Amino acid sequence: MTAPTPLPAQQAAPAHPAPGYASPIPVVRTHIGHAIASEWTKIRTVRSTVWTLLSMFVVTLGIGTLYALSLSGEDYVGMPLLAGGFFGLMLGQLGIITLGVLVISSEYGTGMMRTTLTACPRRGRVLTAKAIVFFLLAFLMTLAAAVPTALVQLAVLSDQEVPSYAVDDAVMEDSIVDGEVVASTDQVLGATLGAALYVALLGLLALAVGALLRHSAGAITVMLGVVLLPLLTALFLFGESVADLRDALIEYSPLNGLASLYGIPMMGDELDSGWPLLGLLALVTGGTLAAAFARLNAGDA
Amino acid sequence: MIELAGLTKRYGRTTAVQDLTFSVRPGVVTGFLGPNGSGKSTTMRMILGLDHPSAGQVRIDGRRYHQLADPLTHIGALLEAKAVHPGRTAYHHLLCLAQSNDIPLRRIDDVLDLVGLAGVAKKRPKGFSLGMGQRLGIASALLGDPRILMFDEPVNGLDPEGIQWIRNLMKRLAAEGRTVFVSSHLMSEMALTADHLIVIGQGRLLADTSMARFIEENARTFVRVRSPDHERLRAALERAGGRPRQCPDGSLEIEDLPAARVGELAAENDVVLHELSHQQASLEEAFMRLTHESVEYHARAGR
Repeated sequence: MTAPTPLPAQQAAPAHPAPGYASPIPVVRTHIGHAIASEWTKIRTVRSTVWTLLSMFVVTLGIGTLYALSLSGEDYVGMPLLAGGFFGLMLGQLGIITLGVLVISSEYGTGMMRTTLTACPRRGRVLTAKAIVFFLLAFLMTLAAAVPTALVQLAVLSDQEVPSYAVDDAVMEDSIVDGEVVASTDQVLGATLGAALYVALLGLLALAVGALLRHSAGAITVMLGVVLLPLLTALFLFGESVADLRDALIEYSPLNGLASLYGIPMMGDELDSGWPLLGLLALVTGGTLAAAFARLNAGDA
Repeated sequence: MIELAGLTKRYGRTTAVQDLTFSVRPGVVTGFLGPNGSGKSTTMRMILGLDHPSAGQVRIDGRRYHQLADPLTHIGALLEAKAVHPGRTAYHHLLCLAQSNDIPLRRIDDVLDLVGLAGVAKKRPKGFSLGMGQRLGIASALLGDPRILMFDEPVNGLDPEGIQWIRNLMKRLAAEGRTVFVSSHLMSEMALTADHLIVIGQGRLLADTSMARFIEENARTFVRVRSPDHERLRAALERAGGRPRQCPDGSLEIEDLPAARVGELAAENDVVLHELSHQQASLEEAFMRLTHESVEYHARAGR
């Protein structure tokens, strides 16, 4: 009888059975760079990234442009030159918030998180890599939308004539130089770098909330509440007895932070540059991220 | 080699896994058998460091899971259910895994070829069948060419061809000297694949034995005999020291006398036989008996 094809075992170990399989793949010590490369691949290969960023870009630049064009015939607008960018980014930031939540909650929703943590059992490293990749992407994309929006405002609205009554207007204090409406360096920085940092931080807060709640719809709802509720609540606080609360809600509303960076704070009596509120948002985001780290490390995945 | 020592997992007052101690050795396929809800998946998640044990520990080639710097080159796992993002293509899914463990990118095409998904590498798993999803999971497990492989219910929902393919794959991987640990709730499936068997029920270890010994010990053999005059036959068998059991269909089952002896006894007593046969209970039955006892034990203990 002829011998059948040899068994795989005989092929693998002709002389004596090997104690175990030896892989030809070299053993390496992975570091945060590997996790970042992996997270970058993840974020760029799902469609939700494309549509959230695209909608942010279109809404921000589109509404900003419409605002400028609708006022282009006016002699004097009475607003800082770059203020129009706020109205677009106010809505556009919702795209960044949605992406921030989805970056982590979609992994829980699909079961991908188990695969991710099996590949990288250091959970803190996974969250750090996600936060870095998302924050940089959100910052650069928001900046890429805010800069052309600011350029459109400059191009369309620069030729305003300043009436005599406006020279003493507190809101326009920094905007009028030698009888012309101009954008000061602070205003340019606020409407571009400041706005992009602010929205990227809000997105990072959304990522931390997504990591805490592990549920896309829930986390997006919470973030909408954080962004919109303070201002909406303030609208319905009429009485004198709640005036302080109303003012605080308006002042610390995330929308006021962004508006202040564009030079149009909602609290008329106190002209805030917006940077202190950005610092506050950074603190809140840092605290929420710390809670997300703790939750991720403590529990079962 | 996977080593479990006193592994325990409690959720509140429920104990899902209790004091499991066993080792999974290289070179053979080790079956991990237990009814649904017996703690197999929980145990596997603890092996992978996804769930934290309430007590005890797991070692992967002597180290804890989170001490593995590039775990995918040590242990690859196919988890229950789909653990992929349905909107990310098969290629990109494997790419992000390879990058996280610094695995050479050529391995992606290798494993896609191996599991037969090369043609749909650029497709999103959203449209994959159950079998294709399992194959993608297996490709992820094999990506790092690991020494240890773990499959949780790999044949669930697969067609016969897919089942055959996975069986052969597991045997081949074990023959290469790897550690292969595969869970199932089907004894018949394990009987065809596994060389070694670990059985749990209600989170407790019920058996840790070679497949051959399990069959020998648990496959109940008995003699079935049928006669129009079974009262006399019964009396004859009892005189010879047997303990025949009456079956509802009128036949007798005897465990302690061989078929030949039953035939001789019938002849000596002039009893006509309509049937005399040697029977073997299925492994499935043996498995159910084993796990059933653990369920009963717990029902009593809980009172």
